[in-house]
Amino acid sequence: MKIDFTHKQTAHCENGVVSNLMTYNGFPVSEPMVFGIGSGLLYCFIPILKVNHAPAITYRVMPGQIFKKFAKRVGIKIKKEKFKNPKEAKARLDENLAKNNPVGLQVGVYNLTYFPDEYRFHFNAHNLVVYGKEENTYLISDPIMEEVSSLTDKELGKVRFAKGAFAPKGHIYYPIDFPKELDLKNAIIKGINHTCKDMLAPIPILGVRGIKFVANLIRKWPKKHGVKKANHYLGQIVRMQEEIGTGGGGFRYIFAAFLQESSEILKNDKLIDLSKEMTEIGDLWRDFALNASRIYKNRKAAQDSYESVAAQLDDIADREKVFFKKLKKAIK
Amino acid sequence: MKKDEVPQDRSSLETAKFKELCYAIDKDGNYTTAKSTGWSPKTIALDNAIRDINERVEKAKQRVFANETSPIEYYMELHKMDLSILASYVGLWGWRVKRHFKPSVFKKLSNKILKKYAVVFEISVSELQQIKD
Repeated sequence: MKIDFTHKQTAHCENGVVSNLMTYNGFPVSEPMVFGIGSGLLYCFIPILKVNHAPAITYRVMPGQIFKKFAKRVGIKIKKEKFKNPKEAKARLDENLAKNNPVGLQVGVYNLTYFPDEYRFHFNAHNLVVYGKEENTYLISDPIMEEVSSLTDKELGKVRFAKGAFAPKGHIYYPIDFPKELDLKNAIIKGINHTCKDMLAPIPILGVRGIKFVANLIRKWPKKHGVKKANHYLGQIVRMQEEIGTGGGGFRYIFAAFLQESSEILKNDKLIDLSKEMTEIGDLWRDFALNASRIYKNRKAAQDSYESVAAQLDDIADREKVFFKKLKKAIK
Repeated sequence: MKKDEVPQDRSSLETAKFKELCYAIDKDGNYTTAKSTGWSPKTIALDNAIRDINERVEKAKQRVFANETSPIEYYMELHKMDLSILASYVGLWGWRVKRHFKPSVFKKLSNKILKKYAVVFEISVSELQQIKD
């Protein structure tokens, strides 16, 4: 059985699942809109946790939060379930497919067979849509892939019950109740306000302060851990920023696209200028990644090169501080 | 980032024949999307991470042969895991898994425990006990 579901590639998985599921249910909403209303943008240094033997930084909110906030703000209801028993998880999935209902799933990446081997790490906050089943094969719309894919019963079971940090536990979710019309205007304002609050939060590891916190860590790494480890850490920062969920630069561009789209809906020209400013900040994030890559490309590097990328991060933090203060005012 | 600046570097995406989607502005300053084949700062970071893992695997293997650790640590590295990920897959406390790295402890492990590891690594118990050079 195959549901008539339109697969559309997006930059980030959770945005994509929400945008594609909304479109299927007759409410076309763009990826940037989902990301902005769901307050997806974030910066947070996560203490204690190590990812690939390096410190963890997230550039987005916790998995599932974008959809949760988006749903609440536009007035739709979502059904969410986690399971202890894989058999129950499978039964619930099959039930929905039998009712012609495509569903979102949270999965681990390590056993996603259609991913290139190089990308298969123990990362558990990936999202995809299942839109059908043919014998023992599930039809998969993975939003970061150009085309649809498929997974066998066994393969899907594995990724749904991947273990480690953020274990998905068979997490399944789908919208169940829709208003007549989505209240985008209020939702946009709530989304923006929330992001401004997060990014300007008076917590040392969060938002703009978090960026400065990491800049200071980078300065200490070569002395504290030696060049090899410092470079590994720096490489991981760039990977978390640009790869595992299009983090730093990529997310800034999505946010800028959201502001541009919002300026029309809210009839607010200030957001056009702010969108341009965010694009410039996105470019700065990419410059940072480029310079960081020059350090970890060679296995040896001078102390002042760490200093210079740390200074770049400080500069980004200052720019974002000014930016989010302006943004907060612009929608008042 | 302008649309014509969207990076088209070589990367491992090529082998899977897929491109990733990026947001960028067109010549009128409006946001649009464009596909990217990859970006070298990312590719270098990924290549380094993979080289790092391969080094860890090789080191673990040599330590197994030198009787300094058990094959469990080798297979853990081979599957890109760390202690906490492996512990959650086998459903044991981290300190127990760590103890099983000791060759003397590993030799005395019951078949039931060995089987747990073998299932996670998708190998037989005998493959778990004897790694190949």
